Amino acid sequence: MERIPILKLHDLLLVTIQVDMHDRLAMTLQDDLMHQIRRTRARGVLIDISALDLVDSFIGRLIGEIASMARVMDAETVLVGMQPAVAITLVELGLSLGGVRTALNVERGMQLLREGSPEEEASGHASIDH
Amino acid sequence: MPASTIERLQVACEEDLVRVRQRVRTMAAEIGLSLVNQTKIVTAASELARNMLKYGGGGETEFERVERNGLIGLQLTFRDSGPGIENIEMAMTDGYTTGGGMGLGLSGSKRLVNDFAIQSAPGQGTTVTVIRWK
Repeated sequence: MERIPILKLHDLLLVTIQVDMHDRLAMTLQDDLMHQIRRTRARGVLIDISALDLVDSFIGRLIGEIASMARVMDAETVLVGMQPAVAITLVELGLSLGGVRTALNVERGMQLLREGSPEEEASGHASIDH
Repeated sequence: MPASTIERLQVACEEDLVRVRQRVRTMAAEIGLSLVNQTKIVTAASELARNMLKYGGGGETEFERVERNGLIGLQLTFRDSGPGIENIEMAMTDGYTTGGGMGLGLSGSKRLVNDFAIQSAPGQGTTVTVIRWK
């Protein structure tokens, strides 16, 4: 079965989404990621979408759900690398990804996860909201 | 300009949504839409095709390059013969859903295109036509 690979980097998990995901593949990713968080005891999840040329409401919801689920499992999620055209479209569509922290790229996302509590970095996810 | 031809794709499963997105992307690029506008119409197509699959039991997508008043655009039609929509006005409201989704499919995709038309009645299926002009 087709799967999106999940890489472990120290105490972080890195997921790079490079294919146009059909819905079932997206659901599988959610499931795999939660199992990996448990297995590796990861404290953070980086979802790199720099190769994605589209985020629709389904994928947007999936990402939001991943962030919520990971939080329940004591891991923080940062969405990184969103293309400008995707950001413009997403907000116009009506999705603000309010509950998801974002960073410009993987490097900054890692920095954000290493820096500490989410409260201190509220500015990290506000950028896409307004 | 060559006479416009209509292409069609059936939407019966999730993998078909990927095919619809790819076809829209290619046509939008051929027409010369900007990257942002390509992304907008592909995203709208994804929402509308998924609606068709989820609520209409699947259907058909038509792709057509259109010209009007010197403008070139990409017209997409999503046609299903599902149960139809009882209250279109309500279905067009942000956040309204009967399927557990986010309720952005119709209202959101309307914002992503230039022209948006919807025809539906209970028992008559649903047809949504959208155009993004260059």
